Amino acid sequence: MITEFTPYLSLAGGILIGLSAVILMWLNGRVAGMTGILAGVLPPYQQGWLNANLWRAVFLAGAIIAPMIWLGLGNKIDFAVPVSDPYLAVGGLIVGIGVTFGGGCTSGHGVCGIARLSPRSIVATIVFMLTTFATVYVLRHLV
Amino acid sequence: MKNLSALLAGLIFGIGIAISGMANPAKVINFFDIAGTFDPSLLVVMGSALATAFIGYRLVFGFNAKPLFEPTFSLPTKTKIDRQLIGGSILFGIGWGIAGFCPGGAIPTIGFGGQPTAIFVVAMVSGLLIGRAWKHRGILSAR
Repeated sequence: MITEFTPYLSLAGGILIGLSAVILMWLNGRVAGMTGILAGVLPPYQQGWLNANLWRAVFLAGAIIAPMIWLGLGNKIDFAVPVSDPYLAVGGLIVGIGVTFGGGCTSGHGVCGIARLSPRSIVATIVFMLTTFATVYVLRHLV
Repeated sequence: MKNLSALLAGLIFGIGIAISGMANPAKVINFFDIAGTFDPSLLVVMGSALATAFIGYRLVFGFNAKPLFEPTFSLPTKTKIDRQLIGGSILFGIGWGIAGFCPGGAIPTIGFGGQPTAIFVVAMVSGLLIGRAWKHRGILSAR
């Protein structure tokens, strides 16, 4: 499936993603990493959980609601999934396990971590980007 | 206040992801498919997000001894590049290449992505929980 190069939308979107990270650091002193934010809202729920993690739940709610508002205002979001259900399930499982051990994903390591020049994040990002290139090459051209 | 600021950051993150193309698995996989239907959009997304966060973080840390609504900046303290970081990042890259969704790309599609998003997110959350349980049992221990 061919997708069109969207330099302006991608530039605007990228700036907003960066801006979100800056706002969360400036106001709350927190890293805008989706792995850590998701992990914080998952069980087990011990005493004091809500107080410590409500901001994470609220961030997630905002991230989910915003595109719906965007669509509700009559805008378009390009969305196509050229992947079968079993691949989505297997991929999702591996992503979840991987980011837990790796301590972050594209947002946490790739944006926030590299912006702090964290050696761990720079290494993690290089490793997962190269691995993704290799995986897509194998799935699209060798299998 | 810290929850309001998290909501604001989440909203901006969600819009940014949605319009950038990061929430579109077809576009994500095409970025990684250099040998095929290559679409460079994601380079623009990651580049502009990183540049914005890089400059913004410097302003935040340069002009503020602490965040506005919290007593301290909560920054990752780990510095060691260990097996967990590398192994987890390799797994994440494999999963991202298989499914075309990363955690930050998937969450903002919950409201409009239908079945593919549902399958990926349920699998990813399962992976997060499995990964956490394995980590606690010392599988792939840090070294």
